[in-house]
Amino acid sequence: MFEKALTGSRSYWTWVFTLLAIIGAGVIAYLYQFKIGLGITGMSRDVSWGFYIGQFTFLVGIAASGVMLVLPYYLHHYKKFGRIVILGEFLAVAAVIMCVLFIFVDLGQPTRVMNVMLHPTPNSVMFWDMVVLLGYLTLNIIIGWTVLGCERKQTPPPGWVKPLIYLSIAWAPSIHTVTAFLYAGLPGRHFWLSAIMAARFLASAFASGPSLLIILALIIRKYTKFDPGKEAIQSLGKIVTYFMFTNVFFLGLEFFTAFYSNIPGHMHTFQYLYSGLEGHGKLVPLMWTSSILAVAALGLLIFPSLREKENVLAVAAASVFVSLWIDKGFGLVIGGFIPNMFEKVTEYWPTGPEMLISIGVWAIGLLVLTVLYKVAVSVKEEVEL
Amino acid sequence: MYDGGKIIAGLIIFLALVTFPFYNNIGKANAKPEPKTDTPEILKWEQEYGRKECIESKEFMRPNHMQMLNGWRDSVVRNGDRIYVNSTGKSFNMSLQNTCMHCHSNKKDFCDKCHNYMAVVPYCWDCHIAPKEKKT
Amino acid sequence: MSINRRQFLKIAGISTVFGLGGASVFNAISRGSLEAAQVLTDPQALKAKRWGMVIDMSKFETEEDIKRVKDICHKIHNVPDFGDDKMHEIKWIWPETFEHAFPGEHDEYFPEELKEQPFMVLCNHCAQPACVRVCPTKATFKRADGIVMMDMHRCIGCRFCMAACPFGARSFNWKDPRPYIKEEDLTFPTRTKGVVEKCTFCYERLAIGKAPACVEESKGGIIYGDLEDPKSEIREILRTKYTIRRKPGLGTQPSIYYVIDGKEKIGGKENV
Repeated sequence: MFEKALTGSRSYWTWVFTLLAIIGAGVIAYLYQFKIGLGITGMSRDVSWGFYIGQFTFLVGIAASGVMLVLPYYLHHYKKFGRIVILGEFLAVAAVIMCVLFIFVDLGQPTRVMNVMLHPTPNSVMFWDMVVLLGYLTLNIIIGWTVLGCERKQTPPPGWVKPLIYLSIAWAPSIHTVTAFLYAGLPGRHFWLSAIMAARFLASAFASGPSLLIILALIIRKYTKFDPGKEAIQSLGKIVTYFMFTNVFFLGLEFFTAFYSNIPGHMHTFQYLYSGLEGHGKLVPLMWTSSILAVAALGLLIFPSLREKENVLAVAAASVFVSLWIDKGFGLVIGGFIPNMFEKVTEYWPTGPEMLISIGVWAIGLLVLTVLYKVAVSVKEEVEL
Repeated sequence: MYDGGKIIAGLIIFLALVTFPFYNNIGKANAKPEPKTDTPEILKWEQEYGRKECIESKEFMRPNHMQMLNGWRDSVVRNGDRIYVNSTGKSFNMSLQNTCMHCHSNKKDFCDKCHNYMAVVPYCWDCHIAPKEKKT
Repeated sequence: MSINRRQFLKIAGISTVFGLGGASVFNAISRGSLEAAQVLTDPQALKAKRWGMVIDMSKFETEEDIKRVKDICHKIHNVPDFGDDKMHEIKWIWPETFEHAFPGEHDEYFPEELKEQPFMVLCNHCAQPACVRVCPTKATFKRADGIVMMDMHRCIGCRFCMAACPFGARSFNWKDPRPYIKEEDLTFPTRTKGVVEKCTFCYERLAIGKAPACVEESKGGIIYGDLEDPKSEIREILRTKYTIRRKPGLGTQPSIYYVIDGKEKIGGKENV
């Protein structure tokens, strides 16, 4: 089936080669970082995780969101999703690959990465993160490729796929819960020390992932002969609505605990992010943009008359995606480090090389996504026509 | 054959790449490495004990010093034990920087001679300070 | 049995992966390690069940006293000096004022001297260290004698320990530190870019019967000893003076105690 990715229109190849060029630039930037060290980024002794880990955190959510298509179809036989489940599974593959790459570029000694497997440490959440991410990647590749292959041959999938699918449904929330546990179990950082961290992660994942799927589905309908289906897209829209509302509600819960308890340690990071702390406020405009986009998106999503218009839904989905990208990929991770453990503020902003490497990783993910979607869509075009 | 031109061209490029190490090194004399063991400290040991000797024999060290150093590393850093008893019962402090390099203070004429020949680049020296070459 | 090209390639590919994977697993399992008969503990080595320190800032009378303690540690451990570059700073022991060393415990009505008094802070070598709990490779681990140790060979530079440490005790090598080391101590290694480092309780000095350098240089300002030996000097101090630890409520059980009001008056000034 891979040969389907090797033939395409002019715009397909233009897109692929553009991605390859961006990846090339990212690789060169990474070689620079490999030579000099992570000091070329904006990270510091106080803010020791930055953009790379923020992107990783956001993308684990996108990866987990594949379950929002798989669960209704395989567990509840929601037929409308039958034709597009593969899009969720392949998005998960691309997203997990990006996650692994973002971790890799963030390591100080990447050549030693195998140490995590050579010296397994079950008390470390990061060990489990590696296990669940690689497991989920393997599951989705096997399931997606097998089911798609059978669809092409127009035979039912083999019996052993079903238990793997059920496993992947349970596995998906676990990858994001484990990622949340990276943050939620650290005693010193009150911004992260919240029981609902995993719940917040899942809510934002199931809002941002399906949002991206809506946009991807609309792009696929526009550029290929495969139409994901208006009803499927609308169902995704309803999922985004409920989970975005839940996500905003959860954020409100965090605000309440911090500010009603009036405990300084709990309030400080929120103050830094939303109004500035001790004269430092670099992230304030970004966080308010995220909040305004969130409210605006909800305003569009809550009313069925608006949500049912596909171009309005597209705008709302894009707003949700950007809003949560800022909140999770930036605010959450950086916020945990400000103020530092001495109650001092050291600010963070990614540097040029850091952003170039990040864009390179995104380009790799988009390339994987493009190739996989090209295969999936080509198979469906071949079968349905 | 189909695409005969492309296949022949590809084969020629492949052969050129695969034989590169051979024709690139024509004419370069690569003598057998001769690591030198006549540093002042080794000569002092020879005077005191009548012969040159290392922690273990040359025959053992040549193939095994890498594993031995790994064992030293784990013993000192992870277990906190720093005394090594060699196969003849002599005790040594397990330290690359302070024991090994104390005698082999001529890294360029000793360690590097074989490592360069074998194109091996151990990263020990990123952290462990190599002895500065003494000016005699 | 005939097999088509596609099946052949699949079988070849999977055999290669399993062959290489198997070989590397085999290598990993059969690593060379020293036999028990070849290794001895140095009889000079100092032993304890739980190393700890008590810091009495009243004995640090001048800024010079504080600088001397920080400098000796950084010198004998080849800690680099990045000057004004605070972002990439590496420090193992250094002074912080009360409100920064003990966040949440300061008060506007405290004596001025206490508010301004610098406190030496360092890794607390906690009994229940969060950093050890999170390290995915056991590059940082707790020794049997309580020291939270660093294995620079194994650290992958993921910096999870830095996120976990509630005390900000750890520093990362954002670039090659060697150009920034003023004077190399040739008996101790440096670090390289990409690994985390921190105070390791002068384990290399304890191993040959010497006190930690900061203790020696502090002229009585820092006392060290075995917290689990009721007869030790450190336990005597803890029994007789009021001491506090940093963020004890977090449960990491720090092993570094600070005497409050070491002399008659807080701040080290003699009672007049």
